[in-house]
Amino acid sequence: MESTYIFLQQYWWFIISLLGALLVFLLFVQGGNSLIFTLGRTEEEHKLLINSTGRKWEFTFTTLVTFGGAFFASFPLFYSTSFGGAYWLWMIILFTFVLQAVSYEFQSKLGNLLGKRTYQFFLVLNGIVGPVLLGMAVSTFFYGSNFTVTKDNLTEFGMPVISTWTNPWHGLDAFAQPWNILLGLAVLFLARMLGSMYFINNINDETLTARCRRQLITDTVPFLLFFLTYLIRTLTKDGFAFDPETQQFVMEPFKYLHNLLAMPVLLVLFLTGVVSVLFGTIKSIFSPSYRKGIWFAGIGTVLTVLALLLAVGYNNTSYYPSVADLQSSLTIANSCSSLFTLKTMAYVSILVPFVLAYIFYAWQAIDRKSITKDEIKHDDHAY
Amino acid sequence: MQETIDTSMIDWSRAQFALTAMYHWLFVPLTLGLAVVMGTMETIYYRTGNAFWKRTAKFWMKLFGVNFAIGVATGLILEFQFGTNWSNYSWFVGDIFGAPLAIEGILAFFMEATFIAVMFFGWEKVSRKFHLASTWLTGLGATISAWWILVANSWMQYPVGMVFNPETMRNEMVDFMAVAFSPVAIVKFFHTVLSSWILGAVFVVGVSCWYLIRKREQAFARASIKVASAVGLFASLVTAATGDQSAYQVAQVQPMKLAAMEALYDGSAHAPLTVVGPVRIPEMLSVLATHSRDGFVPGINDLLQGGYPLADGSTALSAEEKIERGKMAVNALADYRQASKAADSVQMEAALATLQQNMPYFGYGYIRDTASLVPHVALMFWSFRIMVGLGVYFIFLFALLLFLTWKKSSFFDQSGWLHQIGLWSVPLAYIASQAGWIVAEVGRQPWTIQDLLPVNAAISHLETGSVQTTFFIFLVLFTVLLIAEIGIMIQAIKKGPEDI
Repeated sequence: MESTYIFLQQYWWFIISLLGALLVFLLFVQGGNSLIFTLGRTEEEHKLLINSTGRKWEFTFTTLVTFGGAFFASFPLFYSTSFGGAYWLWMIILFTFVLQAVSYEFQSKLGNLLGKRTYQFFLVLNGIVGPVLLGMAVSTFFYGSNFTVTKDNLTEFGMPVISTWTNPWHGLDAFAQPWNILLGLAVLFLARMLGSMYFINNINDETLTARCRRQLITDTVPFLLFFLTYLIRTLTKDGFAFDPETQQFVMEPFKYLHNLLAMPVLLVLFLTGVVSVLFGTIKSIFSPSYRKGIWFAGIGTVLTVLALLLAVGYNNTSYYPSVADLQSSLTIANSCSSLFTLKTMAYVSILVPFVLAYIFYAWQAIDRKSITKDEIKHDDHAY
Repeated sequence: MQETIDTSMIDWSRAQFALTAMYHWLFVPLTLGLAVVMGTMETIYYRTGNAFWKRTAKFWMKLFGVNFAIGVATGLILEFQFGTNWSNYSWFVGDIFGAPLAIEGILAFFMEATFIAVMFFGWEKVSRKFHLASTWLTGLGATISAWWILVANSWMQYPVGMVFNPETMRNEMVDFMAVAFSPVAIVKFFHTVLSSWILGAVFVVGVSCWYLIRKREQAFARASIKVASAVGLFASLVTAATGDQSAYQVAQVQPMKLAAMEALYDGSAHAPLTVVGPVRIPEMLSVLATHSRDGFVPGINDLLQGGYPLADGSTALSAEEKIERGKMAVNALADYRQASKAADSVQMEAALATLQQNMPYFGYGYIRDTASLVPHVALMFWSFRIMVGLGVYFIFLFALLLFLTWKKSSFFDQSGWLHQIGLWSVPLAYIASQAGWIVAEVGRQPWTIQDLLPVNAAISHLETGSVQTTFFIFLVLFTVLLIAEIGIMIQAIKKGPEDI
């Protein structure tokens, strides 16, 4: 029973990590939107770009919602501690996604109250703020947050809340850690790279795709700078480890590097992912007729993020460490659902390949032909 | 000094959740209802090949799209608010409550997100058959989503299939089928989804009547009213039937909610049903609540003071006694934890026995004042009557419209007054829909989970100012977006169906 429970904890951390990795890939919608006014010079071009990401935004949004739901079901202590504690960080993320959700449908419609430009501004706002803050939230997995967890509080009639944020900033304190900001910026520039490669694949317009290729260079340079700096620092710093013998959390030098070396599969995944991102990007920049960069960079992104998230959850590591009280840190073992719930949810997860299959089928049916200005002009549901 | 939760923070968190839920519920019923109407229309197009039906279906799809986006946006906030504002809740029952939300995401949201794209952008890209399937799958996705979120909501009203684990300090699921297919969930699903079809049907009738008043798009309007009336009549009858079952279940599992709905302070056997004012139907409340003419229906005072006979032959405890036993349960849990740390197995066993004996009253331990156990009676009483009264009205409306549009079409065409009634029924459908949720959710107060966790123990540890700020941000944001949505809808309706 104990081994089944451990397996299911790891299985569910894999599912969460996969959803997180897919979410980062699907942030190409946000990255693309952040470039609407950089790449598009005319109203027609803005419309083409918005309609291009507009046919995918629901996947990003749905993945975000499912990521939240799956995290709630499998690791409820994270859900209660992080969302209830880092209140403002999550709220700002949610606000921008709410604005994004309506902006596609509303922006070009008559009677929309705020005017087209406002909704387009909302798309750009979400395109920048969403990836930066999501990146910062992920970075707290490596650099820690300020919270305590005291389950015995449940027996206090006056204050039965078990998770407490230890400062009044409620998540905005993530800005005080420069490394969080660095990863936030890296995710933003990655999303913009993916956005450009998606446009190259999805839009049939030579002028725009040429601009996308140039924009790729502009975004790839800062991405590499931020990501590599963050990576080197993270792999060489002390990490948050759980010692199974003493049942205590301790700081371990080179913890995340040790994790990658201790789990070579993750190292291979990580390196394959990085190479794939670089291949897709570089070929998209230098080969004017190459359109499939998004697939290489997209799959590479999924593999890289997956490897990093697995590395922070497996091998007796705290995936949500507390810098306020080290012993309050969360691991996949101390924050997960019961054996019964994880098992039940595992049966449900068998349906995931079926879901992925119909998404792929429908996506292919819609994307069989790249979209053009002419198509947008004659589509009565164009955004 | 020992820290205590700021009660105003609890109220602001409740207000924020209520605000989000009520805005969300403005949009979701129309999504569910329009999905059936436009699916039916496209099916007729598929079978007949008549382009008229394609044009008709596409018009309603356009309105569906505008409404869908804002429903999605408000839904996102609702899901995450369980964590942001109700963090203790998320831990205390997350083992059970999180599962339906995750399943909703995996099974329903992806289905909606995938096939809505095909529905809107696939007319010229996929076959007619694939397109029709996509339209229905979009609606099916929305309906499956409703199933799982209503499973979660029903569990809050009627918690089953779990046990409390003192080691982990939370409730843990032991029977998934009991949670997923609880009788309360099944009835709530049909009642809620079918009532959404009513709203969708009334919306289609109302908009179509506006065209008839303006003498525009008359063939389109008549055809739309025919389809909507058929859907609406069916939905109204099923909603009435499930409403009756729902009231019976409430009487069994949430008697305080029923007492508040009826403003019944002193219960009795042979209890009459108050219609409004002095109008009463003898013995009807006993029949509805107990399926027996002489069944005892407890009132608010009975529930607070106890002492009345329960169905199993035992005598009901008073609220004070329940609070006392709740405190015993919470204290026993503290003793258990302390004994566990001291590895004192004898004390652990004794504390566990006390805990288990008093666990049904666990949540009462956090109740500070028995008056807080009574939901807002006037709000409940009138919301219930508005919901039921309008539900009956819709049965007659749809039956009349169906009869006239099929059998007396020339009379219907000339009856301007009927078109006005159809048009002005739209706000009534929204009022009925909101009233239904007020009955369900205000009636559950002060519990987040019936008898298990009151709002003051379910909360996040936040400052009142933070929640106040987000409340007003949401209020402004949702209100602006609602006005924008209505503005877009009005313009789209004025423009009318586009030629294809």
